[in-house]
Amino acid sequence: MKVPIWVFVVVAVLATAFVLRIGAEELDQSHQTERIAGSAGDVLEDDPVGRLKVFVYELPSKYNKKILQKDPRCLTHMFAAEIFMHWFLLSSPVRTLNPEEADWFYTPVYTTCDLTPNGLPLPFKSPRMMRSAIQLISSNWPFWNRTEGADHFFVVPHDFGACFHYQEEKAIERGILPLLQRATLVQTFGQRNHVCLNEGSITIPPYAPPQKMQAHLIPPDTPRSIFVYFRGLFYDVGNDPEGGYYARGARASVWENFKNNPLFDISTEHPTTYYEDMQRAVFCLCPLGWAPWSPRLVEGVIFGCIPVIIADDIVLPFADAIPWEEIGVFVAEKDVPKLDTILTSIPPEVVLRKQRLLANPSMKQAMLFPQPAQPGDAFHQILNGLARKLPRDKSIHLKPGEKILNWTAGPVGDLKPW
Amino acid sequence: MKLSQQQNCNTRRNNSFRTTGPLDSSVDSAFKPLASFFWVVLHGLCCLISLVLGFRFSRLIFFLLFSTNTTSTTNHYTVPALLRTTSDATQTLTLQTPPVLITDTPSNRTNPATTSSRVVVGRHGILIRPWPHPNPIEVMKAHRIIERVQREQRLQYGVKNPRPLIIVTPTYIRTFQTLHLTGLMHSLMLVPYDLTWIVVEAGGTTKETAALLEKSGLRTIHIGFEERMPITWEARHRMETRMRLRALRVVREQRLDGIVMFADDGNTHSMELFDEIQSVKWIGALSVGILAHSGNSDESSSLLQKQEDEENLPLPVQGPACNSSGQLVGWHTFNSLPYVEKSATYIDDRAIVLPRKLEWAGFVLNSKLVWKDIEDKPEWVKDLDKLVADEEDLDSPLSLLEDTSVVEPLGNCGRKILLWWLRVEARADSKFPPGLVFFFSNSFSVVYILLPCYLYFFVLYILLPLSDTGYDQRYYMFFLFPWHFLVVISFYLHLMSDDLPECIHMAYS
Repeated sequence: MKVPIWVFVVVAVLATAFVLRIGAEELDQSHQTERIAGSAGDVLEDDPVGRLKVFVYELPSKYNKKILQKDPRCLTHMFAAEIFMHWFLLSSPVRTLNPEEADWFYTPVYTTCDLTPNGLPLPFKSPRMMRSAIQLISSNWPFWNRTEGADHFFVVPHDFGACFHYQEEKAIERGILPLLQRATLVQTFGQRNHVCLNEGSITIPPYAPPQKMQAHLIPPDTPRSIFVYFRGLFYDVGNDPEGGYYARGARASVWENFKNNPLFDISTEHPTTYYEDMQRAVFCLCPLGWAPWSPRLVEGVIFGCIPVIIADDIVLPFADAIPWEEIGVFVAEKDVPKLDTILTSIPPEVVLRKQRLLANPSMKQAMLFPQPAQPGDAFHQILNGLARKLPRDKSIHLKPGEKILNWTAGPVGDLKPW
Repeated sequence: MKLSQQQNCNTRRNNSFRTTGPLDSSVDSAFKPLASFFWVVLHGLCCLISLVLGFRFSRLIFFLLFSTNTTSTTNHYTVPALLRTTSDATQTLTLQTPPVLITDTPSNRTNPATTSSRVVVGRHGILIRPWPHPNPIEVMKAHRIIERVQREQRLQYGVKNPRPLIIVTPTYIRTFQTLHLTGLMHSLMLVPYDLTWIVVEAGGTTKETAALLEKSGLRTIHIGFEERMPITWEARHRMETRMRLRALRVVREQRLDGIVMFADDGNTHSMELFDEIQSVKWIGALSVGILAHSGNSDESSSLLQKQEDEENLPLPVQGPACNSSGQLVGWHTFNSLPYVEKSATYIDDRAIVLPRKLEWAGFVLNSKLVWKDIEDKPEWVKDLDKLVADEEDLDSPLSLLEDTSVVEPLGNCGRKILLWWLRVEARADSKFPPGLVFFFSNSFSVVYILLPCYLYFFVLYILLPLSDTGYDQRYYMFFLFPWHFLVVISFYLHLMSDDLPECIHMAYS
């Protein structure tokens, strides 16, 4: 059979076009961003609408509005996620007014809004407040008792989550509030094998004000000339003067080892150009403090500075959706004296790849809580996380008369009514 | 638990104080002042040691002596350098001393229900490596990473297709020529684009200028201009214009392609300028900050200074003026009225040097505008040969244009000042010859101090003992000690004169 010559020509043209297209794709990859896929897959851009339904309990305003009115600083500190989550759910399409068809139940109680004059939240009344709220919903609606809270979720963004204390030893002593043992907790604290992190909790980033960060953006062609950047305390002189408790000695170790190193721009100052400096740095240190999480991670992601995470066993936000090992650098606390060796031995291609991943806009969006909510932001990631837990098996529904939670467990002070 | 243990130690210490007191008194009254004296001395010694160390070491001692529950986890607590050097009083700077091992007592309050975690709550040691100083190989690796990152940034966000630059500089040999040309040369050496430097020298090409240009490593075209530079500023400005036109003629003849920029040797250019001018299409205008040199502080200029302070005049800027939609509507020029009486006429006057209305330095052209016969030459540009033949006074490149509205304003519509204009020349009575030669190097001057000292010691210790003249001790006392002092000082000066290498990261920021 004689093949006409035009067939060869067409095949040759198609082949070259194919090859060129592949080349173009590779060229594209060397360009600015790269897609992000975590252990749950490429889920950052999933839309939760239609995949779950959330019912928001109507609690009296003494649990939410009145507290906010007493102290409006709660809207700007790093625990503001609980308030914004409430507002988001009130006007979101996943909200349903019919509790019978709801998959998840949300209780809007602002436990982190009792602030000192300095702005730090006091957690002493939070267990009682939470208990009182749960008592209210269990007596007014049948859904709590149906599953003892297994299909309810709560936002507890405080230092150690639902352990409701700022000191780690006391928080471990208290443990998670017994009534919340079966509920899903949405919290900023995450550390593996820790009492205050339940299996199935969703870790979220701390709140960072999006407009304030947008206002400090500098042109992206400003060359990154700082190698490692950090601003913050190394010794907490007020609470731990001799060092060793604060940050498990890791921050003090960073200071002692690298204060004379010109590659490390570290100090305790509060410069006004903090955000601009982060955009001129290649690596930003995110060591633990009194708790392992910090807003520096969010700031580093927004400003394209590779986060160097010094916190053993930490669980980072949305760990199943975001592959943090590929984006940040993890340094064990015992390896802090070798930090400069570790960072300088990273091959430049790996550094460029991490920067490309960070430049992905969906990555930046996932760390923010913008007002009003935008697709792909942290609110939607929380809903995605909740949607990934569905469908549930029926075993969470309790048989009539069965009781699992102990309503009188916990310190005696918690049992007082709020 | 920690607190209670320390309280125990404290009470134990107090008890020991309390028990020894009455014990001594019961034994012998004579021993009591001795014992109390002994305790006072010990207490004082402890205080002094604590002062030196910087922390209360008593807790450490008691912890070591009395701690009973030592667990398996031992944390290295490398004692800070201060303690090391005081403990090793004989060795001056031993940094290889092994770290002091202190067993830590983490609290056993971790919930037994949880699995064993690597992270324990409690007091941890602060890990410090024995030599907490940067390793030069790692520093170089870090700089390579930074350089790669910056290159990537420039690829992604910088200029996409950079065009070569053509820099036109009129110059002439004078005292400050080396000063100005070196500054300009260094700026041009840092430019990341291809460039051609056309240097037009009044009075013909000279070897000094050629040697200077050779050091740059740039592609230079050194042209001699036959006339000598006149001594008045007016005439100098006019001659510089003619020199620039000469350079443009070279561009035209050799058909050099790129962006023509007029860099006078007195001016200061920022690096962002070279990135900004890549965006010009045909002709662009920049804002130039005018640093009107105010001469020395005599009466006239001090009066002017006061007047300036009263009016709070900002830096005068020459450049394009835009309306709110970013279109060119006019020009900011230099207001020379306040300075007219006090301005300099001769080049070596000690008075203010004024710029022209619009300086050439504030304009950039596409080199195709001066070429002969190209296809898509815009209609609004005049032919260069015709202009030169007409011998008009071209005071700015705007004379090249029929229609000045086509000028593109650069630098965020003139809001960003990217270069500064300055004319500084040496005084008439300057002693340096044209072409400054550096005779004194760094340590050379110190040799002037050391040389007589060496001579002196040679005489004193070698010649004199060998000779027969009897020299006695008085000469030693008279001459020896001051000269010894001088020698020691000059020795240290010699050491300090070797400058530390410049911080490498200055080059990146």
